[in-house]
Amino acid sequence: MYDPAAGDGTLTAPYVLEYTYRRSLGPVIGRFLTGLRDGKIEGIRTPAGQVLVPPTEYDPHTGEPLTDFVEVGQSGVVTTWAWIAEPRPGQPLARPFAWALIRLDGADTALLHAVDAPGPEHMRSGMRVTVRWRAERVGGIGDIACFEPEPVR
Amino acid sequence: MSEPVRRIKAPVRLAFEINAGHALTGFLRAIAEGRFLGQRCVSCHKVYVPPRGVCPTCGLLLGEEVPVADTGTLTTFCTVNVPYEGQTMKLPYVYGSILLDGADIPFPHLVQGLPVPEVRMGLRLKAVWAPPAERKPTMESILWFSPTGEPDAPFASYQEHL
Amino acid sequence: MRDVAIVSFAQTPSLRRERDKDEVEMLAPLLGEVIERSGIPRKEIGFTVSGSSDYLTGRPFSFVIALDAVGAWPPIEESHVEMDGAFALHEAWVRLQHGDIDVALVYAFGKSSLGSLRDVLVTQLDPYYTAPLWPDAISLAALQARALLDAGLCTEREMAQIAARNRAKARQNPFAQLRGDFDVEALLASPYLVSPLRKHDCPPISDGAAAVVLAAGDRARKAVSRPAWIRGIDHRIEPHSLGVRDLCRSPSTTLAARKAGVLGASVDVAELHAPFSHQEVILRNALDLGPNVDINPSGGALAAHPMMVAGLLRLGEAASRILDGRAKRAVAHATSGPCLQQNLVCLMEGDP
Repeated sequence: MYDPAAGDGTLTAPYVLEYTYRRSLGPVIGRFLTGLRDGKIEGIRTPAGQVLVPPTEYDPHTGEPLTDFVEVGQSGVVTTWAWIAEPRPGQPLARPFAWALIRLDGADTALLHAVDAPGPEHMRSGMRVTVRWRAERVGGIGDIACFEPEPVR
Repeated sequence: MSEPVRRIKAPVRLAFEINAGHALTGFLRAIAEGRFLGQRCVSCHKVYVPPRGVCPTCGLLLGEEVPVADTGTLTTFCTVNVPYEGQTMKLPYVYGSILLDGADIPFPHLVQGLPVPEVRMGLRLKAVWAPPAERKPTMESILWFSPTGEPDAPFASYQEHL
Repeated sequence: MRDVAIVSFAQTPSLRRERDKDEVEMLAPLLGEVIERSGIPRKEIGFTVSGSSDYLTGRPFSFVIALDAVGAWPPIEESHVEMDGAFALHEAWVRLQHGDIDVALVYAFGKSSLGSLRDVLVTQLDPYYTAPLWPDAISLAALQARALLDAGLCTEREMAQIAARNRAKARQNPFAQLRGDFDVEALLASPYLVSPLRKHDCPPISDGAAAVVLAAGDRARKAVSRPAWIRGIDHRIEPHSLGVRDLCRSPSTTLAARKAGVLGASVDVAELHAPFSHQEVILRNALDLGPNVDINPSGGALAAHPMMVAGLLRLGEAASRILDGRAKRAVAHATSGPCLQQNLVCLMEGDP
């Protein structure tokens, strides 16, 4: 019997799981991401008058299908944020940045994205940020490269 | 630029370091040394190869290690004819469920060394090991199983293990 | 409603890395122990259900392999939830309501050490708008903590005090992973991990397993002297999008608590599944716990956090204090999803 006390330890092996998913979007998410590719941001309005950004297919309160798209602003307010000093692979920026929930002008809900600020001392809830578009856009949430602090007037 | 976006690429990549556990580690280290090691259930006394730590019918940790021969009987098998992603073997090839002499459950491995149409249930097989210098704690240390030339095992000798 | 009780509970130590045993080898002795402790023969178990996540091992159907530890022969009636074992317990409770069986076995297991848990958890997020940005679990919790601080509902000092208190209580728990006395000033002087969270505000990474036996009515009374009766159990879920939720509150916890009969009930003990320190504040508020409640005598999720098990541990730890007479009434809570998205609340009581 192998003896763990002998210090060998049980066998381990590296194992990488990789899947190349391609996901169909449907009319609502597809329209939002098409908008991003074309440099605009759209929300969807519920019968109660709330504008959801990003749009969802169904009203979160009633479950009814939603179809009423409305363009929203490309700037908005940070409702909460967090500073990540050591970004991880796949995240929007390779240098330290802030995660934020951002309520764009005209929207009633907040979008999760990154804010490229010089440091955490430049971040506070309530500040305004504006979108930085990626130069080449394909129709994905990454078409927004990140947000940046709006210059203070 | 007026075509609506219909799909996104959403790749997932996760890296793990998986661990073989206590029983399987013992088994694989023996494989690296060119031998098969089973483990016996303390309750039903079945010998499991490879041992997975626990007897699945009794739910008890397996007990004594039991050396098991590297010869055995082919129970059921399949012939792979259709190419697939990740394929390394040349088609067609046979993948069989092999009951080693002394074991109570079969395990899967390749069957080579005879024309594919001649592969049959009851075929007596022996492990063809990789050269000692190339053996590692992995099932690839056994290249495949090949016929021993013995007469086929009678169906009754393996019918409980299908 | 049938009276159903927890009649036994067992757990493995929570370890940063279980190097020797695989999941099956962790579970087999544990299940033997929990069944023996229940005093109920294995053959009386009418339903078995587990909670685990294949994503922790990177292998689909890994929970099926774990069935080896159960000894599923002759074939058993079995189920699985790709969730914390607390939700498996809920399913077992529902199953026992049918009245045709009296005993259920619930177990949960997970080895978070195999992969990078922070990143594995990204795969549970919305795949269109959120997951492609790879916001790891600590980043998302940090967004909630910041909202709570901004709202004046909590301070970083309180968060550090919560972390210190839980780990100090864990000194009494031989199964917990992070145990000891930590100085709050020293904790506050440490650097942020993802602000405003510091390392001490986050749960440890743990490998572990736990199991519970449930029994109904007279079968529970025959099995143990003080069954931990489940007087109410309920779970509710909020939308998955963080931007739609009020991150400072947990309405799903409050609603589940109301349905479970917890609000207004006075309890001796509350075991709260708060993996991040600020979440204990949110949950205390959501459950409207009085000042005299003993919160997380086990040390809670800040002391040991085997993913998929930590919620079942809360139910088991609460039950164990009723089983051995230390408590009369307890509330146990379990959570799932980022930032307390889904919450289960259970009210337990011992016989007078």
